[in-house]
Amino acid sequence: MSNIALEVRDLVKSFSLDGATINAVDQVSFQVRSGEFVALVGPSGSGKTTMLSILAALLTPTSGQVLIDGQDLARMNEKQRVKLRREKIGFTFQSNNLIPFLSARENVEFMLRLNGRLDHASRIRSDELLARLGLSDRLHNLPAQMSGGQQQRVAIARALIHNPAVVLADEPTASLDTERANQVVETFANLIHENGRAGIIVTHDLRMCQYVDRVLQMQDGKLVRTYENKKEIRELARGSIH
Amino acid sequence: MKNFFLASYLAIKEVIRNRGRFLLVALVIALITLLVLFIAALGEGLANGNRQYVANLDAQLIVFLEKSDFSISSSRLETNTVKSVRRVDGVADAGAIYTSSTEIVSLPEPLKVSMLGAEPGRPGMPPVIAGREFRGGEAREAVMDRNVALRTDIEIGDVIQIRSTQGTEDEFFDLEVVGLVEGQSYFFQPTIFVPPATWEIIRPQSQSELTSDTPYPNIIAVKLADPLQTETMSARLVDEISNIEVANIETTINNIPGYSAQQGTVQTQGFFTLLIGILVIGGFFQIQILQKVPQIGVLKAIGSSNGVVGLSAVIQIIVVTMIGVGIGGGLTYLFSLGFPPTIPLVFNGSRSLIAVILLLVIGPLGGMVSIIYAVRIEPLKALRLG
Repeated sequence: MSNIALEVRDLVKSFSLDGATINAVDQVSFQVRSGEFVALVGPSGSGKTTMLSILAALLTPTSGQVLIDGQDLARMNEKQRVKLRREKIGFTFQSNNLIPFLSARENVEFMLRLNGRLDHASRIRSDELLARLGLSDRLHNLPAQMSGGQQQRVAIARALIHNPAVVLADEPTASLDTERANQVVETFANLIHENGRAGIIVTHDLRMCQYVDRVLQMQDGKLVRTYENKKEIRELARGSIH
Repeated sequence: MKNFFLASYLAIKEVIRNRGRFLLVALVIALITLLVLFIAALGEGLANGNRQYVANLDAQLIVFLEKSDFSISSSRLETNTVKSVRRVDGVADAGAIYTSSTEIVSLPEPLKVSMLGAEPGRPGMPPVIAGREFRGGEAREAVMDRNVALRTDIEIGDVIQIRSTQGTEDEFFDLEVVGLVEGQSYFFQPTIFVPPATWEIIRPQSQSELTSDTPYPNIIAVKLADPLQTETMSARLVDEISNIEVANIETTINNIPGYSAQQGTVQTQGFFTLLIGILVIGGFFQIQILQKVPQIGVLKAIGSSNGVVGLSAVIQIIVVTMIGVGIGGGLTYLFSLGFPPTIPLVFNGSRSLIAVILLLVIGPLGGMVSIIYAVRIEPLKALRLG
């Protein structure tokens, strides 16, 4: 049995809107093991992005617990959360992923610099990872000189290079065509599995679920269903289940 | 230290990769630098033109006629006052100074100069850097400010002719240039020095003054045995000698007609130029930070601390400001080469140094708001996750 890299217990996030309290995340609990790739799906406003923000230590929950690699986010101050994001979390965003004035290689290496782990060996590993993602000829390109898919792959490399416990991806395929989206998520899934990281992808595109091990479906802030069966997940990805 | 290296890495990389944009900002800073340095140089030049002779006097106190409000031109002292001053205990030496203006006419273009009467070897007579001092008495000899010599190609041994209005008639007097002094501009004019008796004869004077051949000094420069005892000696001089008032060099300079007003004007111009500089630079960096909100959001989301983000902005502003000030300094130097010597620009003064330091400070000062803004950016909002 693999280690539990991420654990969410009775998580609640409330917002006040026009005097009324709305639970964007409502009593959600789940676990993600190392080496497991999980999709968080649901319609707009279902709370999946809020959930991801909490998991990324960017948003404080109203109640409940989030444990990343055994560390409770609720017990951390801002400085400790920044350290956690740097060391334990890998993150890819929907857009504006990369530092625009750093090349592909520098963007990936920056994560190592941040962690004080940039050396000759890690540089080689960074180049190998980029090569694995089909970017060996793009090492010195700036983000503006790369396509959306290439930028997403650089972001994936950056999210994985420092061996984080958890890798979070927020709609990484939103700006990509189907073929590129499939390539990106498949590569992402492979790397998650190979490197033994816990991966969570937030997506509205159910077709991407074919690459994950488990699907968590959210609605109105609640976790309404979990798909663990391979067959069910395939059907969900094909659109047979709604 | 790790934060500093990370911040420097980010700041320098961004400047290099976006050099066109940052060069534009640096050029704006360079133009502000050019303006500030010229104002500073002009201020220094004007101040020098006004005060140089008085500031360089080998004296600590100046004796004026009582109630002359420390105005050199309003002060006319009795001839024996200088002897009385020399007798006061604590006075090392004293020299009478006689001031007037005249015009050198033996040149293709007549040149207005300050003509000062001073006693050789006494305070008031500057050290001769070439040639010799003039003889005393009524010798028709002059010592000339080197600036006059340079501008007019007059050399030691040449004879110059000056025009002087005596009563209602213009009269012309020949003077042999026997020596040169340096940095002795007075009242915006280069100076020539002549013996007091000669000065009395050749100075422009009204009909009523023509009957007298006694030179009355405007002021007396007093060299003290103990240069630090200015206040004590000032009081002692006023006590022991009637009809005088005494000022130190600084007060004397500040009372040169127009000096304070002129310096105030120049300093106000400089202040407002720096203020405009702060606003312009601040505006540039603020716009830049606004454009970089998502980028800063990413940096923070992946684990960069506020320290790294803020320090990076500070380093970037300092680097760009330094480049701008460097370019501005170079441009100022190049422009100054093309200015005629009649424009009083002096770049080697403390004002230029202060201006450069202030310019280096206004960048970070102007960018302060943008730095605070950068530090306060919330990654959640910057990345539109919230």
